[in-house]
Amino acid sequence: MPAVTETREAVEKLGQSSYKWGFETDIDMDLAPKGLNEDTIRLISARKEEPEWLLEWRLAAYHAWLQMEEPKWAKVAYPPIDYQDAHYYAAPKKKPGPKSLDEVDPELLRTYEKLGIPLHEQAMLAGVEVPEGEEARMPVAVDAVFDSVSVVTTFRKTLEEAGVIFCPISEAVKDHPDLVRKYLGSVVPTGDNFYAALNSAVFTDGSFVYVPKGVRCPMELSTYFRINARNTGQFERTLIVVEDGASVSYLEGCTAPMRDENQLHAAVVELVAMEDASIKYSTVQNWYPGDENGRGGIYNFVTKRGACRGARSKISWTQVETGSAITWKYPSCILQGEGSVGEFYSVAVTNNHQQADTGTKMIHIGRNTRSTIIAKTISAGKSDSTYRGLVRVLPKASGARNFTQCDSLLIGDQCGAHTVPYIENRNMKARIEHEATTSKISEDQLFYCRQRGLSEEDAVGLIVNGFCRDVLKELPMEFAVEAQKLLQISLEGSVG
Amino acid sequence: MTQFLDISGLCARIDADGQEKEILRGVDLSIPPGEVHAIMGPNGCGKSTLSYVLAGREDYEVTAGSVTFHGKDLLEMEPEERAAAGLFLAFQAPIELPGVNNANFLRTAVNAVRRARGQEELDAVAFLKTAREAAKALSMAPDMLKRNVNVGFSGGEKKRNEVLQMTLLQPSFAILDETDSGLDVDALRIVAEGVNRMRSPQFSALVITHHKRLLDYLKPDRIHVMAKGRIIHSGGPELAEQIDTEGYTRFLAEAA
Repeated sequence: MPAVTETREAVEKLGQSSYKWGFETDIDMDLAPKGLNEDTIRLISARKEEPEWLLEWRLAAYHAWLQMEEPKWAKVAYPPIDYQDAHYYAAPKKKPGPKSLDEVDPELLRTYEKLGIPLHEQAMLAGVEVPEGEEARMPVAVDAVFDSVSVVTTFRKTLEEAGVIFCPISEAVKDHPDLVRKYLGSVVPTGDNFYAALNSAVFTDGSFVYVPKGVRCPMELSTYFRINARNTGQFERTLIVVEDGASVSYLEGCTAPMRDENQLHAAVVELVAMEDASIKYSTVQNWYPGDENGRGGIYNFVTKRGACRGARSKISWTQVETGSAITWKYPSCILQGEGSVGEFYSVAVTNNHQQADTGTKMIHIGRNTRSTIIAKTISAGKSDSTYRGLVRVLPKASGARNFTQCDSLLIGDQCGAHTVPYIENRNMKARIEHEATTSKISEDQLFYCRQRGLSEEDAVGLIVNGFCRDVLKELPMEFAVEAQKLLQISLEGSVG
Repeated sequence: MTQFLDISGLCARIDADGQEKEILRGVDLSIPPGEVHAIMGPNGCGKSTLSYVLAGREDYEVTAGSVTFHGKDLLEMEPEERAAAGLFLAFQAPIELPGVNNANFLRTAVNAVRRARGQEELDAVAFLKTAREAAKALSMAPDMLKRNVNVGFSGGEKKRNEVLQMTLLQPSFAILDETDSGLDVDALRIVAEGVNRMRSPQFSALVITHHKRLLDYLKPDRIHVMAKGRIIHSGGPELAEQIDTEGYTRFLAEAA
């Protein structure tokens, strides 16, 4: 078939050129020496002026990690990682502590500007400085994390007035020690898995969110992660606690420079939702995916888990995964509260040599708990993508319901898509549904679009966006637009 | 004189299950601007293949002949370039695009073509206004713009959607491939009126059909009979009447 040859050629032509976030920022860094041992952990803890209990917590995690083995069950392949050959602390040289926008290194501000991340409060509040052709955005509070350190958090005043705490977690350790101590590791324990243990030992920063009883967070919260330094890993830790009847919508985005070597990103995200609380957590993951030959790129080994502790609480994960050389990630929900709801909406795109093994776990513990899983997988080039999901219904979860839909779209004939659903039901009154499809973009569809004047690339973009619509519509409005563009860019040249 | 559309000695084949099959065997056809021509002929004579080859479908290999369109070599152009140059094909079996909103698809197409023609793009509001008016003129339910492209459309709705696209894309040359098939009497009239509204000295059409009824509405300038990959007979509108009563037997015998 001529179209297949074309696909191959087109995919081969596709190189790093399409990754627009691959620049590097030249900035003075404070680096810990390479290697991981107790001293490294003590150094991190000292740099962050942490209390004794946290250092002990880290060391316990480190010792647990030493006893653990890297998980091998995911359908991803990569050479062994030398955990001693990386820096575990990298921070822009600046005085520590909270910063206002005026105090932030202008070079950093320029970096975020280049990434299109709004850090200017006034400009956004007043609705001025909107680039031509762009619609005015709703204000979004942003925590910007550069390598291991949070450099600025915007809109803190507005949020404080509403009673919402949104700050770097390192700061929360100092200012809200009781809250952090109570919830840190309560959803993802230090010894949960290899990468979570590693993260617990060496995490440097991340975001902390606390929404008190009955408060609807007045604006979207977001964190933008940026890996910049060479030979560093990024280990951020996010903790979001939402009290009774409160709600929050949170978005994380991430990018990294293009480098030949692989970099490790092992984050932990913990969510806690109390009675009638709701948390919407959206991710647009755009770490550097490596070049067309599979050189470089981020290893994205992430543990994300939410606990629906209170009755009728709700946690909704939405993720658009376009980046990273390898993605290993299963945002999960522990549905403990009676009638609590877990949702997982995912689009995972892989191109060139990318590998993704991603999915979710829905653990039904409470009665009448419900979960929905919609996973869309798009594979192009020589990439490989796996949906791996677990639906577990425990004996007491009478009336539990799950609906799972997994759809795969293949572009070209050298990629792979796999669906691995695990279902464990221990309650006969539960209802579990699973649907799965695999399809290819048909020649008919492409020709139809091109006959109407669309280029081949636009046609693929349109069809892929249509395929992902059920997931994209779950994203906050303005991020949905961003995600749509990102999908198209990720698949540039992969026509077939 | 160079016509608006000139097809000369066009031969094309398709690779079906490893076997090369000659389908067009020397098509000669010229359509002047402002004229509507019809092609009739028995099943499998190559009518649809001709429409696909003109629109640029890659499954077909052109082995001989030429096609000029507005003085340019049509066969050298990509499908989307042909669309931008003013060629439109109303599909016999319109394709479904799951999850793709019809209005969004139409606007993307209209703006792609406008961009290529050096015209200003339409914003969402202006486009929707035009699209709604055009849909109304075709007696389409308002929600058809909100639905996914052709997904769950009835046969008649799909055909109307094709005519709607034609109306919005403003081609200078449209090929209607059995747009009348599967339509009831009322729908046929609405679709025919939609095509007739396009008629102007700058618009030509090639209508592929089995039925005289559509031609009664469209009043074509010329009718061509196609058989075994060639045009074997051409005549005025009266030919439709003759085919309707006598069938193709006489033309086939004459050609043999």
